[in-house]
Formats: sequence, structure tokens, C-alpha cells
Amino acid sequence: MSKVTFTLFNGERQTYDAADGVSVMQVGKDHNVPGIDADCGGECNCATCHVYVDEKWMPKVGMPHDAEEAIMSLNPDRKPNSRLSCQIKMSADLDGLVVNLPEFQY
Amino acid sequence: MTTAVQKKYDHMYGKDPYSIPLEDYDVSQPELFESNTMWGFFDRLRKEDPVHYCKDSENGPYWSVTKFKDIMEVEGNPEVYSSEPTISLVEPREDFKVSMFIAMDEPKHGEQRRTVQGVVAPANLARMEPLIRERVCGILDSLPVNETFNWVDKVSIELTTQMLATLFDFPFEQRRKLTYWSDVATTVPAPGALVESIEERQGILINECLPAFTKLWNERVNAPPQFDLISMLAHGESTRHMQPFEFLGNLMLLIIGGNDTTRNSLSGGVLALNENPEQYQKLRDNPGLIPKLVPEIIRWQTPLTFMRRTATQDTILRGKRIKKGDKVVMWYVSGNRDEEVIDRPYEFIIDRENPRHHLSFGFGIHRCMGNRLAEMQLRVVWEEVLKRFHKVEVVGKPVRNYSPFIKGFSDLPVQLRPL
Repeated sequence: MSKVTFTLFNGERQTYDAADGVSVMQVGKDHNVPGIDADCGGECNCATCHVYVDEKWMPKVGMPHDAEEAIMSLNPDRKPNSRLSCQIKMSADLDGLVVNLPEFQY
Repeated sequence: MTTAVQKKYDHMYGKDPYSIPLEDYDVSQPELFESNTMWGFFDRLRKEDPVHYCKDSENGPYWSVTKFKDIMEVEGNPEVYSSEPTISLVEPREDFKVSMFIAMDEPKHGEQRRTVQGVVAPANLARMEPLIRERVCGILDSLPVNETFNWVDKVSIELTTQMLATLFDFPFEQRRKLTYWSDVATTVPAPGALVESIEERQGILINECLPAFTKLWNERVNAPPQFDLISMLAHGESTRHMQPFEFLGNLMLLIIGGNDTTRNSLSGGVLALNENPEQYQKLRDNPGLIPKLVPEIIRWQTPLTFMRRTATQDTILRGKRIKKGDKVVMWYVSGNRDEEVIDRPYEFIIDRENPRHHLSFGFGIHRCMGNRLAEMQLRVVWEEVLKRFHKVEVVGKPVRNYSPFIKGFSDLPVQLRPL
């Protein structure tokens, strides 16, 4: 069990427990975090669970894989720390992770 | 002769889905969609042969992919399932190869798409919403009450056309030309239809549509960049040197993409709420459900029934051997009724838990670029309709399109009941 914090676009912070292996997207959906749409259901196929990973956490979270990059690269709001939250699986390593939500999902 | 050829391929219409052997199935026959009788055929395919090979059709052999998850798999593998040379069933002709980014693979698809994505970016949509609302109100306030009229023409077409004219900054008084060209491009040529042959269609697009837009292009390429689609294409790094047929292709893509789809969802929503009066009542009782109603309408209608891919290599899908070069049709209209993924798929439910989990926009890198614009338009329309009318009542038989691709209506007779 570890914790993940979502910083909403308006600055509000929400922190939740996450079981190992559960995606950050799923944690967000389970708690109705506004701004996580996840239309495709976690298949890396729609890019509507886009988040900006807190810079400090980027080395641990790592870079997007190829399929993720392909779909995220179409997003005009993409930044170097952009990830799809369905592709980040929680683990003890990521305890305390902070992700920031964009203004919109495309 | 043409009629005889077409007749060879209409053997599905009017038949019981279980009276035809699966090996003779051809679910692309337009009669099925015009009569709204395709459902049983897709149900049987999903149950018995979800990845189905049609050995012959008016457009030759093709595979049908009918399950939600299989469609996601195909769409998620663009290297294996290419969008080139076309996403429709009809092969492009050698002498008329329009190209559009919906029918391109990477890297060109992404380069061109990124150029125009900004026009429908959510931040820009928020800026456009007041104008859209003003136009919606203008249209709704001009409608007769307790008098029969065609909702398709007076509301669905008029509204989507006004939106397109806005997006292109196209001369507003000539906006119905946009609808006309879109219809020309998507009509199945047949005697008595809007266009009777492919040659006639090409003539109209090349001699009328292309010159009109070329004129706008020339005006805007020499002016400072504006936030309309033509200006964005004219100034975009990856689109400014497009060849005429490529320009025409991308225009048609944006016109059709923003036209038929929203138009038919605007009509389909009225029909669905009439067929499900308890849902209409639920909506009147709680207009806060509109954000969930909208994606349910889009699932229910599935305004584009399919997208096609072409295998770039031999591959296997659900145990079936697909050969390099085979056409693979992803039937969104079927996946949106797949009970394995969607709870009670044949019920129209305006307060579903996860209503945006549907296939109507496709998935993957080709996922609909205008999805938020479409949703916004539908949301604003329903917000304003509920403020004005007790009911948009369907008072006659809807007339559906003769097309296996554009699922929609040409006539939906309604009367408005005041609050």
C-alpha cells in the first residue's frame, strides 16, 4: 500500500491509498478525481487520463513507452513530464507520488 | 447493368439473420442500414464468428471485426493495421487520389493532425461556446410550435452547418454549400441519388469545392495567421505545401467529420428520447444529466458505423489468419452493442456510470479530433431545448440513410410542445 496525490488544475490536492499494481488512473477513477476521464478504460488508447508527473518523481516513474508516446504526441498540451496515468502502476517505490492534472483532457 | 450488379449483393435485406449461412454474410449492404435491420446480423456475428471473413461484396472481400475489445486491439496497432490507402470500403481510384490525414500513417498523420488540432482544443472551445449558444438559441427561437417540420433540416443540418462556417470562417451566407459538398462526398452513387456516379462526384468536388477553398486559402496565406482552419492549414509548417488533392482531402475530412456525425447525433438523440419516454422524463426532472446524456446519445447513434484498416503483414486476430493487404473493417456500431463491455447495451440509459466508454469516436492515434466540440454542441442544444420545450415529439416515420457508413437520417418529422 502506498499513497498518491493528485493536484487538480485549481490547485486542490487529493491524496489516496493505492494498492500495489493498481494504476494511478484507476486510483483517480475510484475516487472520482475530476479531470481523469479514461475513456478507453486503461488501454493506452485514448490519452484522456493525461497527467504531469511532479518533476522530482520523473526519474522513478520513467519515460513513456512507444505506444504511449505515439498517442500523447498528438496532444498540444504535452510537456516533457507528461504521462498517461493508466500506464503508471503504483508500488512501494512510488509511495508519495504527486501528479498534476492538466486543464483539459482531449 | 449497374442495377443488376447491385442486386447481386442485397440478399441480406428482409431476411432472418439465422436463415443465411455465416459464410454468405455481407453486413456492408446499405439496405440493412436504411431499414435499421443490421442489428441481428451483428448480434449473430459477435456470438458465433466475431472476426468474420466476407468472401465477396460490392467492394470485394473484407474482414468484419465486431467485438469491442477486438476493435480496440486493431485500433491500438496501427503498424499492423494501416489507415492507408483509405478508411472506407471503396478503393481509391488511380486518377483521383485525395489524401487526408485520417487515411495516413505515422509520421505524416501526426504532423498534419497537430497542425489543426488546436482549433478544437478545449480552451478554444470554451471561448467559442457563447457564440455557439447564441446560434443555437437563434435557431430554436425561430422554430414553429405545434406544427410539423423536419428536425434534420431545420435544426441538425442548420446548426452543424453554422458551426462549420464558423470553424472555416467560410462566407456565412453560402454556408449550405458546405453541407452540399459533404453530402456529395458521402452519398453512395445511385440512379436518382444526389450524385449518380463517381465521376459526377469528382466533377463537383474538383470544379466547385476545390476552387472555392483555394480562393480562401490564397486570401489567408498572404494575411496574418488567424484562428480558423483554412488559415491554420495555410500557415502550418506541415500543411502549407500541400498539393491540391491533399488540400481537398483534408478539407473534406474536416467538413465530413464536423458535419454528418454531429448532425445525425442531434437527430438520433431526439428519436432515442422519444422511443424511451421514461428517460426523457428523467432528463426533464434532472437537466444536470445532460453531460451523461450526450455521450449516451453518441454511443446509441454511432454516426459513423465503421472505420477500415488494411493489414500491412500476415497476422492473427482471435485465431483468424488475416493476410497482408486484407481489408479489416472495425464495426463500431456492433462494438457499441457488445454486452461483454457495455451493460444492457440495447437500452438507452441517460445516467450510465461510465458513458464515454464507447467506440463512436474510435480509439488510438486516429481517435476523433473533434470529440469535445461535438459533445459541446450537443450539450448546448439540449440545455437550450429543455429551457424552451416540454417535448420535441416525433410525429412521423424517420427516413434513414442508404449507407453502411454514415448512419443517420434525412427526415425526422417532429412537433414542438411548449413548456
